[in-house]
Amino acid sequence: MLEGEDRARFEAVVLPHLDAAFNLARWLLRSRADAEDVTQDALLRAFRAFGSYRSGNARAWLLQIVRNTCFTWMRENRKREELSEFDENRMPQEGENPETLAIASHDRGQLVRALDTLPAGFREILVLRELEGCSYREIAEITERPIGTVMSALARARQQLRGALTQPAAKEARRGL
Amino acid sequence: MACELSQTQLHAYFDGELPALDAVSFEKHLETCPDCKRQLEAEQSLRDSLQQADLYERAPAPLREKLQPRTSATPPIPIRTSMKPTSWTWLAAAAALLLALITSWQYFGRVSEPSSTQIIASTLVDAHLRSLEPGHLTDIESTDQHTVKPWFNGRLDFAPPVQDFSSDGFPLLGGRLDVVQGRTVAALVYGRRKHIINVFVEKSQPGISWKGSGTTQGYQWLAWQKNGFCFFAVSDVSAADLTALKQLLLTS
Repeated sequence: MLEGEDRARFEAVVLPHLDAAFNLARWLLRSRADAEDVTQDALLRAFRAFGSYRSGNARAWLLQIVRNTCFTWMRENRKREELSEFDENRMPQEGENPETLAIASHDRGQLVRALDTLPAGFREILVLRELEGCSYREIAEITERPIGTVMSALARARQQLRGALTQPAAKEARRGL
Repeated sequence: MACELSQTQLHAYFDGELPALDAVSFEKHLETCPDCKRQLEAEQSLRDSLQQADLYERAPAPLREKLQPRTSATPPIPIRTSMKPTSWTWLAAAAALLLALITSWQYFGRVSEPSSTQIIASTLVDAHLRSLEPGHLTDIESTDQHTVKPWFNGRLDFAPPVQDFSSDGFPLLGGRLDVVQGRTVAALVYGRRKHIINVFVEKSQPGISWKGSGTTQGYQWLAWQKNGFCFFAVSDVSAADLTALKQLLLTS
């Protein structure tokens, strides 16, 4: 474990990213309570591994530990279908239809529900890009994927989110008829 | 529908990740491709929704206290986590930066005179970056404008306008003094979600030209003048956010 100076350095370098860690865990696990436990676990792992951290992007370093801790936790605690990061082949590749591309604004509740229906890997990439403001390079580092995969996954994640946002509306419209 | 590029280059363009030359050719493509134009508008609309919904979830206070028991206060945005004295690495980095600045100044001075706007922008973006180092953000840390404003009294030969815009999503986090090109200026620190915005304030006087807007080293900046003050806002937030803060400061 770290002592004295290392502990102070950990607090100065890593702990400022605690909100980022919690936010990612919250969206991956879809639960604030679980995110609290898993974030704490991830921070302890980071603390133990801090000796091997040299310099560089502390946020990306921490978030990589957080997402790995989250996926391990989900494998142990959640049903199988929930933890699919995302399937490269399963997702449809065709373009979107005018309905999903229609410009509409969505409130927080709609967005939370829609995000929660996405595979964890798509939620992760959207949170890293849109909420955390990570660059493609950082996302590639955190998720340990090539940048090209990050880009195509982001495109499909956005498409899926738009699909999820328009689905309930479409269902309600049909019910209305 | 679906132009091939709408699934590939479009996203890199939208995220500012396309190399400049590719971005130019993609913009040309956009002029003639209604598919991509429409897709881009849909991406922007989705991003706007995500931004406005305030989805970011901060670590709860009990978790923060467990991990950092010595800190009793729980600031909404992590600021001072260490009060360690300036380290040598930092001094070395600062010296290297200074050397690089001087060298590039001399170099550009010979080739083409950099405009005073470019110089001031890079100086203030550097000041912004310095402020993000642990312990450098604020000299006076308070969300209360009535605490921050008097703090500047006697430290500057002018009284900068200080106002909190928490209700508009730009909470005041504190203030700081910086030295810019030999003059002491006020830096007001605002938060925007989890991002930090520095607003530098200086007395308007001949020879000071803070104006325009742009991106320097990947940071957005926006400068303006009002009531005898020059303002220079810099951050990693969007240009739209900076403009919104400018409007708040202009109308206050």
